[in-house]
Amino acid sequence: MTEATIGTAASLHAEGDANAGAYRATARREQRWLGALAWPGLVLIGIVALAPIGWLSWMSFLDTDGFTLEHYRRLLDDNYMQTLKTTFEISFLVTAISVLLGYPLAYLIAEVRPRLGAFLLLLVLFPVWTSLLVRCYAWLVILQRRGVVNTWLQDAGLIEAPLRLMHNFTGTTIGMLHIMLPFMVLPLYASMRSIDRDYLRAAANLGASPVRAFWQVFVPLSLPGLFAGIVIVFVLCLGFYVTPALLGGGRVYMWSMQIERNVTYHADWGAASALGVVLLALTLAILWAIGRVIGFDRIVGSK
Amino acid sequence: MLGRPATETQITHGWRLWLYVLGALVLLFLILPSLLVVPLSFSDSRYLAFPPPGWSTRWYEAYFGAVEWRDATRTSFVAATLTMVVSTVLGTLAAYSLHVSQSKLMRVLYATFMLPLIIPGILIAIGIFLLFARLGLNNTLTGIVLAHSVMAIPLVVITVASGLKSYDLTQEMVARSLGASRPRAFLTVTLPQIRISVISGALLAFITSLDEVVISLFIAGGENATLTRRMFNALRDEIDPTIAAVSTLLIVLSVVLLGLMQMLQRRATTAGSTAAKTGA
Amino acid sequence: MASLPISIRGISKRYGVFTALDGVDLEIASGEFITLLGPSGSGKTTLLMVLAGFIRPDGGSVRFGDRDVSLTPPHQRDVGMVFQNYALFPHMTVAGNVAYPLKLRGIPKAETVRRVEAALELVQLGGLGERRVDQLSGGQRQRVALARAIVFEPRILLMDEPLSALDKKLREQMQIEVRHLHQRLGMTTVYVTHDQREALTMSDRIAVIDGGRFRQIGLPRDIYERPRSRFIAEFIGESQFLPVELRDGRAWLGARALLVDGTPTTGGGPHLLVVRPEKLAVLGAGEGEGLNVFDGTVTEVVYQGESSLIYVTLQTGGEIAVRRPARSADATIAEVGRPIRLGLAPGDAVIVPAQAGR
Repeated sequence: MTEATIGTAASLHAEGDANAGAYRATARREQRWLGALAWPGLVLIGIVALAPIGWLSWMSFLDTDGFTLEHYRRLLDDNYMQTLKTTFEISFLVTAISVLLGYPLAYLIAEVRPRLGAFLLLLVLFPVWTSLLVRCYAWLVILQRRGVVNTWLQDAGLIEAPLRLMHNFTGTTIGMLHIMLPFMVLPLYASMRSIDRDYLRAAANLGASPVRAFWQVFVPLSLPGLFAGIVIVFVLCLGFYVTPALLGGGRVYMWSMQIERNVTYHADWGAASALGVVLLALTLAILWAIGRVIGFDRIVGSK
Repeated sequence: MLGRPATETQITHGWRLWLYVLGALVLLFLILPSLLVVPLSFSDSRYLAFPPPGWSTRWYEAYFGAVEWRDATRTSFVAATLTMVVSTVLGTLAAYSLHVSQSKLMRVLYATFMLPLIIPGILIAIGIFLLFARLGLNNTLTGIVLAHSVMAIPLVVITVASGLKSYDLTQEMVARSLGASRPRAFLTVTLPQIRISVISGALLAFITSLDEVVISLFIAGGENATLTRRMFNALRDEIDPTIAAVSTLLIVLSVVLLGLMQMLQRRATTAGSTAAKTGA
Repeated sequence: MASLPISIRGISKRYGVFTALDGVDLEIASGEFITLLGPSGSGKTTLLMVLAGFIRPDGGSVRFGDRDVSLTPPHQRDVGMVFQNYALFPHMTVAGNVAYPLKLRGIPKAETVRRVEAALELVQLGGLGERRVDQLSGGQRQRVALARAIVFEPRILLMDEPLSALDKKLREQMQIEVRHLHQRLGMTTVYVTHDQREALTMSDRIAVIDGGRFRQIGLPRDIYERPRSRFIAEFIGESQFLPVELRDGRAWLGARALLVDGTPTTGGGPHLLVVRPEKLAVLGAGEGEGLNVFDGTVTEVVYQGESSLIYVTLQTGGEIAVRRPARSADATIAEVGRPIRLGLAPGDAVIVPAQAGR
């Protein structure tokens, strides 16, 4: 029989226990080195993006005389309320239309053969990779008073006076829709692709007509993607600056433009920061609420 | 053809016609506007008539001839390249650290990296403006690169993190068992295998910087004005057809980059199935 | 190739409330092939990872020879390691994979090429250096992993269930090849597996581990023939149990005293007689002198190809099975309903404690 060294021998373990502390120390050190790799990025983001926002929030409560809620109170004034109303109007409208247009498109892409679907997806991605300004320019060209649409319609004799499609609410909505639509289609598509077709087969087998199966099985299963898309689009619309600034003609006043104006025109940092804080709070609230419903990873992941 | 079934539930193409038409229309809506710009850039008319009355390259000449446009282009590309380098390095290291580290704190920190994407752009912009005013970084290249990197790093982190998810970390363990220190193992074994994600992230960072508008409006002015700032002002003031020329060039760049990304994705999926077979 | 002894002292590792390793000790001789055998979650892989340096224990020490490596990082331990999923680098060729550890050690190119080819020859993959990893079969990949782990002549080799992904025939072939490799190269090898047959085939010694503790350490034969507990008897080989009682220094099966080699020395309490099906002999009339004899009736015969399993209900109650190799003359020996006599040699009668706790 071989000698078997089972069981514990106190003397052998004395040196082992001395190691316990050293083990913990090296483990901690390694963890710290690994964590250190992330610090440069974090520090950059923290200093450049996050700290100023903290600062702004602080400033929103300050006045030349000290602590004040004046900036927030002023937000209740008519012109600010109007801006708020416009912002929400456009955001709701653009979100609603992107659902109406985006859902069928996403459905189509998810239903066709994979290779055709990949190509169609590329077409959806193309505007995303195109510069925002280029797209705004394109819409200006198309919809403005002497733009493509009006010139054609007039030359064809269909209208007499040019349609007012640009530098107003309509133009802004169309422009923003163009920007936001891909952000609705992509998460929707991802969600639809992951729906197991067996569910639909089971529904058909159990007696549901294709239309019923669609509404009662497919649509509910696609809701996570739909919610993600709605949240992304809505939140983006709320804070959007470039398109309304260029296509609104000064008549469409969105929250972000209000903020910009307060900074560059009035140098009223109190008002600007108050507006900013409210916008941020609203954005976070919406994200948090939806995140509770469908899980946070889906929202960030689908970008 | 229309009578043929399109789905397992025997819905025909005919029934679905409305879906095809609607889908096509929406796609046209997405694609056409940008494409319209291209022929316009070759118009010889000052007015935005479509179809153009005549063809010429005068707007391209105007673009290349104008010092402000050239300078703005150079600034934008230099900034984009530097941003690409900075954010790819910082973002990749961060993604790796978050992936490998076991501490719970790291999960929370991941959310912090996503903040620049969540916080409204205008707010970040005025914040940066305020900060840079204090630090004297407004209208400097350094400032632009720092600001753009902040916006690009989250995208790099997302891209590289998803690449790491499908990567087998045992490889690094093996490399270490064979004698490679952690940094060496990362560089010789992990990095080559996630390079597609890293490159994708780099391309994303590049285009993010190049197309960045809002922040640039505040901090990229003077002699370091970016292309986006010039274009924005030009669009605001008067519709100079030179913009059409710039736009067309940008569209070409977008198509090239998008094509590159697609090629990389395709190589990633084939490499992915290879890796799956290798792991047996 | 030189080899080093390994000394494991008091190694423990806890994850929250779960104890993966409970203060284990083990001395491994230089050049020995020892297998850590145990079910999933027993701690065997954890211990291997501690040896490799990837898991830092909570306490205890590890020595390779006279060098304390407890705090040495993995890449400085100079051990060869083969993983369960081979983990070959897909972005390198076969030769590239095998050359990797040599490159890390700064071996000049010419010598690297020579040693890589030699290592590939050893695992019967000579000349396949330029192949890419995805062009290889599972068995070939495992050999490349092996070649890579030994090319830098480590004095200790660690293997974590390296053959579990292969199909049965290939696995059995590779077991012999690994054994031959060990005999040629002679480095101390620690092998982890849950397959008891594999352990019995390949090892100089087996250390059965469960619940973070070693249950029995010894030669394969000793572990198989003389299991110390019910767990080990069940885990290794087939076994069945009959309840016995220890009284007056003898083991009693009901009213009958059993003939057992040596005196059962384990303490009081209920005990079990371990009966391996292949240890029972079917007795003819008049046979059984010096054996423990069991009378019973055949209830079922299960044909299994190279052997048959005969189920017998004993006269004393209880059921037992005997395994007989198949021979043409067996047709009449076992028929359902017929009486049968079984014999168990004293040397094959093993007594173990009955408690479930192992």
